[in-house]
Amino acid sequence: MNKERHSEHILPYRLYLGVAAALLVLTVITVSVSFVNLGGWNAVVAVGIATFKALIVAFFFMHLLYDKKINLFIFSVALIMVGIFIILTMFDTLRRAAIYDFTSKPINENAVIYEETPADSTSKPASQNHE
Amino acid sequence: MTDKGHHPPHLAHHFSDAEQQRESAKMGMWIFLLTEILLFGGLFCAYAVYRAWNPDMFYSAHKFLNVYLGTLNTVVLITSSLTMALAIRSLQGDRVKRAVLFLAMTLLLAAVFMVVKYFEYSHKFHLGQLPGKYYTFSGVEGNNPHIFFGIYFAMTGLHGIHILIGMIVIAVVLYKTATNNYSAEYYTPVEMTGLYWHLVDLIWIYLFPLFYLIG
Repeated sequence: MNKERHSEHILPYRLYLGVAAALLVLTVITVSVSFVNLGGWNAVVAVGIATFKALIVAFFFMHLLYDKKINLFIFSVALIMVGIFIILTMFDTLRRAAIYDFTSKPINENAVIYEETPADSTSKPASQNHE
Repeated sequence: MTDKGHHPPHLAHHFSDAEQQRESAKMGMWIFLLTEILLFGGLFCAYAVYRAWNPDMFYSAHKFLNVYLGTLNTVVLITSSLTMALAIRSLQGDRVKRAVLFLAMTLLLAAVFMVVKYFEYSHKFHLGQLPGKYYTFSGVEGNNPHIFFGIYFAMTGLHGIHILIGMIVIAVVLYKTATNNYSAEYYTPVEMTGLYWHLVDLIWIYLFPLFYLIG
């Protein structure tokens, strides 16, 4: 074994415990914040905290910070591609109302779409208005 | 076969040394994880589209998920990620018995996650909060609540399948660690299992707020 070429970084146990503690604290924060009404910001805060948690899992538990940078590159490509995919799709689906008279439409024309649920007769019509 | 000096049994002959073999395995694993992220990415996209179309219905429907069970499962998965990382750390220090213990804890926590999931799912089956035409529940305000539960079952179901596969893989490396197949010199399969397991945890980190904590 070429010991001198061994690039693995052995991290202290304490670091792993610290990362897990941070993840648990962030979980408590994200649950607590969800009970406070911040309007549209709730989703932003929830996804922001989740992203921070995901990054510390990737950097420390998955050793991305200490690995060859090619692995970080592969991970970033995956995240960027998913981001592009979702953002471009939203450009389409959020702006359809500007062209067509419907804002939501089943993919399968024969799918059962309930205009109203049996229990709630005061529910809004199928065109949903985002506040 | 001519003996090429000190050729460790775990080193495949097409690699120049163990270090190159290890780095190749890791990069291959990351490419696999990339395909996993893209697989779930499609479902996250479906979630984003339907939540943008039905913001009020998503808010009312999410109240029928149990935040306490969701939080419990988040804590269970984070802890299992920690024990997985500690198992690999123990192997790096050649503490094989400790690694076996940590792997067993990881497997146990994964089972706890699935048991909690079982209770959540069976409760929803009982109430008829099911996807598409199987939806029979009538307590959710807003139109088309079956869409919420369709996406909920698709995403948490696929995630649950990943947990089950992870449990099988962890059981295999647990057995092979216990039978002294791995040491500080060679533990690549355990490391790859760890990467997979952390990714499953990472996806749950997003699923939890997106379904249980809609503000």
